[in-house]
Amino acid sequence: MSTLSSPEGFFTSKLNDALGWARKFSIFQYPFVTACCGMEYMSTAASHYDVDRFGAGFPRFSPRQSDVLFVVGTISHKMAPILKTVHDQMCEPKWVVAFGVCTCTGGFYDNYSTVMGIDTIIPVDIYIPGCPPRPENVLDGLMKLQDKIQKGEQSRTLYDPRTKTGRPAEFQGGYTIEGHIKHIESSSTS
Amino acid sequence: MTLNGTPSKEQGILTPLERLQEHFAGDIRETHAFRGDETAVIRPSSLKAVAQFLKDTPELDFNFLMDLTAVDYLFFAGGRIQKEFRFEVVYHFFSLKFNHRIRIKVPVDEKNPEVDSLCDLWASANWYEREVWDMFGIGFRGHPNLKRILMYEEFQGHALRKDYPVNKRQPLIGPVN
Repeated sequence: MSTLSSPEGFFTSKLNDALGWARKFSIFQYPFVTACCGMEYMSTAASHYDVDRFGAGFPRFSPRQSDVLFVVGTISHKMAPILKTVHDQMCEPKWVVAFGVCTCTGGFYDNYSTVMGIDTIIPVDIYIPGCPPRPENVLDGLMKLQDKIQKGEQSRTLYDPRTKTGRPAEFQGGYTIEGHIKHIESSSTS
Repeated sequence: MTLNGTPSKEQGILTPLERLQEHFAGDIRETHAFRGDETAVIRPSSLKAVAQFLKDTPELDFNFLMDLTAVDYLFFAGGRIQKEFRFEVVYHFFSLKFNHRIRIKVPVDEKNPEVDSLCDLWASANWYEREVWDMFGIGFRGHPNLKRILMYEEFQGHALRKDYPVNKRQPLIGPVN
């Protein structure tokens, strides 16, 4: 009964539920495919795994018509402003999926050309790790995204590498060049 | 001639490297051949003439520039091997007619990293030379449009030089990390 007594109570919360339900089963996705993860994205989208079962079977190739930005593959520093523009062009409400470990953290790249995680540029809602992720993993991420859409949640924060905030803890450690050199040295001496 | 058109030594026909040695004896610094892969290291000043010779000699007919890249020998073999010149520009030529190949290497000095462009002989040299300029900072005299091809114009330095710091980041947007 407490919901009834609250000012915006019962009715609005049900409307939000209905909106969330409608949105999560009509995901219009924009596939921003740059690299090898694209193959796995295609196999997820095609009939065997069939992403259409989750209402996300209709990719739009205009950011203005899409709700979810699928960033599939390594993003280079040269590509970063383009990705930001595409994200800015999308209408609210919008969500971002980081598909593959390169988009989550930079993956095994640590060099002059690669963006170390797209959450340094645009806010990310769902991280799907893997190199590339298997279709099951992608569908799992998609269902997590649907939960998030149902609740009406959206990520608004960027990752700050200095304070290490804005990214899930499990994607924070990862690869460092110092750790890699240490690993090589320790394994070559033993 | 063998079946696939390759000149064979047994019949008294010279290999591409031997022809090159005949004509440019004074310009070849060293040669190397291993199982038919022939390499000649030449003086930079003779590059244009050698390239013209490889392309225009009917018995050689190198009509295909397969690859053009560079090597930075700074810290080569962990610094144990000191080369006289820091860079080498490497050309791979192929003849579609005779199915033979040759590799030409041109040593390039660190102080004046520049060689002649081969754009007017092989059109495919255009983008290769831009890539070498972008990654190694080696210039090409006579190139029609020598600007970066892979990196953005704001990028400082040349990323594949061995003294480019491995941790240096130059993002266009977003934090340095």
